[in-house]
Amino acid sequence: MSTAADAHPRDVLGAHKGAASGYGSHGAPGFFTRWFFSTNHKDIGTLYIIFAIQAGIVGALLSGLIRWELAEPGIQLFVHGSWLDKLGLIEASKHGYTVVATAHGLIMIFFMVMPAMIGGFGNWFVPLMIGAPDMAFPRMNNISFWMLVASWVMMLTSLMVDGGPGRGFGGGWTLYPPLSTIGHTGPAMDCAILAIHLAGASSILGAINFITTIFNMRAPGMTLHRMPLFVWSILVTVFLLLLALPVLAGAITMLLTDRNFGTHFFDPAGGGDPVMFQHLFWFFGHPEVYILILPGFGMISHIVSTFSRKPVFGYLAMAYAMVAIGFLGFIVWAHHMFTTGMPVNLQAYFIAATMVIAVPTGVKVFSWIATMWGGSIEFKTPMLWAIGFIFLFTIGGVTGVVLANAGIDYALHDTYYVIAHFHYVLSLGAVFAIFGGFYYWFEKMWGVRYNEFLGTVHFWITFVGVNVVFFPQHFLGLQGMPRRTVDYPVAFRFWNHVSSIGYAITFVGLLVFLLVLIEAAVRRRPARANPWGAGATTLEWTLPSPPPFHQFNELPVIRADGY
Amino acid sequence: MKATLSSIGRLGAAVLAGAAGAIQATSAMADIVGQPVDRGIDLQPAASQIRHDQIVFHNHILLPITGVITLLVLGLLLVCIVRFNRRANPTPARWSHNTPVEIAWTVLPVLILMFIAIFSFKLLFEEHDMPRPYMTVKVTGRQWNWDYEYPDQKIGATTSTLMSEADANARHEPYKLAANAPMIAPVGKVVRVQVTAEDVIHSFSVPAFGIKIDAVPGRLNETWFKADRTGVFYGQCSQLCGVDHAFMPIEVQVVSQPQFDAWVASKAHKPAPVAVATAAPNLPPASAAARR
Repeated sequence: MSTAADAHPRDVLGAHKGAASGYGSHGAPGFFTRWFFSTNHKDIGTLYIIFAIQAGIVGALLSGLIRWELAEPGIQLFVHGSWLDKLGLIEASKHGYTVVATAHGLIMIFFMVMPAMIGGFGNWFVPLMIGAPDMAFPRMNNISFWMLVASWVMMLTSLMVDGGPGRGFGGGWTLYPPLSTIGHTGPAMDCAILAIHLAGASSILGAINFITTIFNMRAPGMTLHRMPLFVWSILVTVFLLLLALPVLAGAITMLLTDRNFGTHFFDPAGGGDPVMFQHLFWFFGHPEVYILILPGFGMISHIVSTFSRKPVFGYLAMAYAMVAIGFLGFIVWAHHMFTTGMPVNLQAYFIAATMVIAVPTGVKVFSWIATMWGGSIEFKTPMLWAIGFIFLFTIGGVTGVVLANAGIDYALHDTYYVIAHFHYVLSLGAVFAIFGGFYYWFEKMWGVRYNEFLGTVHFWITFVGVNVVFFPQHFLGLQGMPRRTVDYPVAFRFWNHVSSIGYAITFVGLLVFLLVLIEAAVRRRPARANPWGAGATTLEWTLPSPPPFHQFNELPVIRADGY
Repeated sequence: MKATLSSIGRLGAAVLAGAAGAIQATSAMADIVGQPVDRGIDLQPAASQIRHDQIVFHNHILLPITGVITLLVLGLLLVCIVRFNRRANPTPARWSHNTPVEIAWTVLPVLILMFIAIFSFKLLFEEHDMPRPYMTVKVTGRQWNWDYEYPDQKIGATTSTLMSEADANARHEPYKLAANAPMIAPVGKVVRVQVTAEDVIHSFSVPAFGIKIDAVPGRLNETWFKADRTGVFYGQCSQLCGVDHAFMPIEVQVVSQPQFDAWVASKAHKPAPVAVATAAPNLPPASAAARR
């Protein structure tokens, strides 16, 4: 083992022994200083990625409990005397089931997808792609990450403390009052509120950091219209974060005061209205789902272009489609509330506005295909995830058009059709994009190569698994099965059983993913600066893998359009 | 015949209880129309015109359009995979713009969405255009059961709870869908359903009628149905409402008018005999005028 000073500074896995130092004049930081006081965008990005992986594993295990319980009618797992009860971590009761479902949603959104896409890939590659040495506010970047860790601790605490009906908060990730006020009197809900506050503050600080970086720290010649699409996607995303999260913060603060300080914002007995919370929540919640998917759009554009060896089709349309989606995301929120008894004309407006989103989304899907058309496609692991993404996201997109129609939403609202829809765009959309980006930038980030065969196996098992999980849920929803139920009538047995088998397949995929990580860490094949060849045109590929601790000390000058 | 009984209204309670009992008894035999079926993959069949129109909209408008779009994307992806892989096409093209194609894939989806919107709005306004109601049922959601109250018939709230597994099996009704003291409604009549909740938000849903409306504390929401056949129709609470959310089923028994009248008469006897005279059938209830 070489000494710390000899080891490559970015070399997390130690593949580049004795490579040149990139620290400049201040020398290499010690382990604790480097990882706990980090102000380096790449190190913070790595921390975010590792955080997202562990939270993703927790979230995936929680969904395993859900599918285990729903494999058969009757209550098998969330009942006294089951192995879950003996394990003791989570309350084995009907309440425990909704706690798990709630935690699965909150964890996957706030602690897996957002940290991976924005904190992880965003931190890593936005400065690299625009030719900046680091983020604009490195110390704020650090506190963004550590606030998320504090939030995570608070979230896990919430699972362990009294919620009212039992341990933990079981009111759904949407936190609707009065179930989240009078329905959960214990401190678990307060913990969850504070966890979301912290995660939200962390995201707002991150958003400010990204906006400043992208507007002020682009290299000479990197005009907005030459910016790589991933940077565009992050720019739109962080604007959504900046505008949406304060509304959520306001809504959950009102929940907090309703719960603890005798206010009646959402309590009809005091002149409040529970539906008002839903308006505030979804004013955040709908932009939030675009926050989860937009960075994925950016990554998919890069991957498709790289492996087709062809420039992105319709660059400007792609960039402004994301801007349009971001804008429309703020004016469609009440399509989540068609059954709350809104006036019919208001519903008609939200139908129309929602369907409009299909237009820019369609532009993106067809532009990806046009990017591939005429290309010379190489089916490396990231490209498999990207193609999988395009197809599965399309399915999630068209079921979204179905649900946008209030007339049919009355039949499908709050059923498993909705679960299937948003898992097709998130679990099969956002997560496929994350895996695509993870493999695409694997060598760049970790300094070692992944095993192409294992990556391919990971893709195919996951692709089959998630489809078996979620496609039958459309059928359950059409048949009328409500979501968030611990038990169901026997008529829903068959497709639930199929869905649970799909989970088992997906779980094998997760194990293969861990195997990919371990194999790459053990074998330590040194990474190449640009493993993908001529198709990879963005600035990060001009740097060694992993990049030096500080890059672009002399700013690169961009003379031609990237695309 | 039972109608006459009810108009006389002063016959022995035993007779009427017998008539009402007949409803309960028939429910075991009555064809249960509105329920999910094992391995079912589509919308539950219609028992009202609204539901029928929903099914037409979904199966004949939305499903073909979304299906074709999905298959089109899949087909294009497959063509790319087969024709434009590295072996088949070693030298990639360099173009990245094609204005006519871009205009086409922007304008065509707009036209498709406008086509969908025509049917969507028609259905939406049809659903909200309630005809003059024959009667009103007030539904109150509570953790974890439903109250059904029939103000026009002067029948006070009865609490409808989950039917136990033993009872459901004995009556050949599906457990976790069957309910004690179900809602009773006459066939072919417009029934206004007014929904509210006592504690947390619930949601009243009967798939066979195509209705789902949230029961929100402090609000009175409204929907309606007009069943076009008799039978038993099930639904479930459709908004997470706490521990026993999975166990507050909705059962609606749609019966013939004479059966309904007999049932009303049987109910009217117990709490307030005065009510019987005003509960005569075919009389447009006063509340009908209060339509919004």
